[in-house]
Amino acid sequence: MLKIKGWSLIRFYTILVYIWMFAPIAVVIILSFNPQQFGTFPMEGFSFKWYGDLFHNRTIIMAFKNSMILGSLTAILTTAIGIPAAMAFIRYEFPGKNTLNTLLLAPIMIPEVVLGVSLLLFLRWLQQPKSFLLLLIGHCVLTLPYVLLVVQARLVSIKRSYEEASLTLGAGPFQTFKEVTLPLLTPAIMAGMLFSFSISFDDVTATLFWATAQSQTVPVKIFAMLRNNISPEINALGAVMIVLTISIPLLAGYLARRFSRRLE
Amino acid sequence: MMQEKSWRPWALLSPALTAVFFFLVVPTLFVIVYSFWLRAPTGQDIPAFQFGNYAKFFADMFYPSLLLRTIRVALEAVALSLLMGYIPAYFFAKTESRHKNMLIILILLPFWVSFIIRAMSWINILGDTGLINFILLKLHLISAPLSMLYNEGSVLMGLVQFLLPFMILNIYVSLEGIDKNLVPAAKSLGCTEWQAFKEVTLPLSLPGVSAGSLLVFVLAAGTYLPPMILGGPQNMMMANMVFKRVIGTLDWPFGSAISVILLGLIGLIVYAYNRYLGISQIFKSMQ
Repeated sequence: MLKIKGWSLIRFYTILVYIWMFAPIAVVIILSFNPQQFGTFPMEGFSFKWYGDLFHNRTIIMAFKNSMILGSLTAILTTAIGIPAAMAFIRYEFPGKNTLNTLLLAPIMIPEVVLGVSLLLFLRWLQQPKSFLLLLIGHCVLTLPYVLLVVQARLVSIKRSYEEASLTLGAGPFQTFKEVTLPLLTPAIMAGMLFSFSISFDDVTATLFWATAQSQTVPVKIFAMLRNNISPEINALGAVMIVLTISIPLLAGYLARRFSRRLE
Repeated sequence: MMQEKSWRPWALLSPALTAVFFFLVVPTLFVIVYSFWLRAPTGQDIPAFQFGNYAKFFADMFYPSLLLRTIRVALEAVALSLLMGYIPAYFFAKTESRHKNMLIILILLPFWVSFIIRAMSWINILGDTGLINFILLKLHLISAPLSMLYNEGSVLMGLVQFLLPFMILNIYVSLEGIDKNLVPAAKSLGCTEWQAFKEVTLPLSLPGVSAGSLLVFVLAAGTYLPPMILGGPQNMMMANMVFKRVIGTLDWPFGSAISVILLGLIGLIVYAYNRYLGISQIFKSMQ
């Protein structure tokens, strides 16, 4: 009897935590339909007015384009350098392996402001102006550890024997990678790209240091808008971002499952 | 078989290592070097080796209190995420629901939502015209809106919103790793449910608890956004001061010194943790 009661308390507590986690997200979406000037409660009416405004706001559209391009390029670049590194860590033994692995994962632990300042200082020393390239490089440094973690985890679970079989059957190491390891690794590559895209897409702190007026991203734009007031337009923009960033991983997960089913 | 070619791992690693060396290691060294430089009254940075920037930091209580506040807020974030995270993690580990994986994915879903949106939305909830005040006023429980925003509490809401999934995952991984026969064994030896938890499950979950706590502390100590969006000037933390000095007043040497102190704090904590508990646990839960 007591056991049942304890368990239902645990369940109740967990539900409360869910509510607490989702409340801010739900409220943004609800308030984005508020037709009033100030995006607050009580809501009077329901309208898509702010969404319409959003699509006519040139600077926001620009920021969106910047974010998409930056996120995509970051995802491609980071995965391209992350996968070989993950291969090295999981498939080979070499001196200093653990130290190097820790070094490559370190950016997770380093505060973003420090990353922001350091790269900017370096640029200053090189006497280069801020540019899109700086943002891209910065975002790659920021997202590389996450790609490494995801790909390494997947590699551990791929049995060595597949690769060894391919090698004994006469395939070279590159061919083995291309025809055995890579297809098995596809879900991890997708996950890594998704991860780095979304981290890049969401980043504010470091991007505030690196962005120029021309290369503003959506979150940086939201941050600037928040300086004035929390307007319904920000809520609408937030709602669009929520739908986008949540649907991308869900869609990718769905596609990956369908894709792998077809392979079997 | 593959190990024979010893140059191969280095070839595979070279792009990542080159990138990290030039864009992380070297720039970080720059910050350290810069923290000893002088700033001329004209605004120029003069190469030097002097401790003036650090002396300035500790000259009066203003900057050290910022450091202490950063440590306090980070510890509060750890305590709050433990309080809010342990029970859900326990629930995920013990539930027999068919939808277990769905439930875990669901709690991680907010993680994909832009942090700035989640942080800003606490204004919608805690503000004078926000959700909570609206409900309380409607129910006539209060006659004037409660002031809940722009204090340390609201900063913590935003911060823990971001950090809780890290804590839950770490504890969950640790709980999942416990031998499923141990609790029934303890109970058959006469333990009550609570005793079995206290004597068996809780101690065995401590690696996850400590790994989660470290991660939350480190991420909270370096935080910039929540104090900016949900706090007032009295809630500024170290990261905010770095930004203010570097971007606001263009005082690069002093901004660098604050960065080094912040980095030192985090380095110290990570070092101590690694010394006594081992760092590898941290990255385990992320996979």
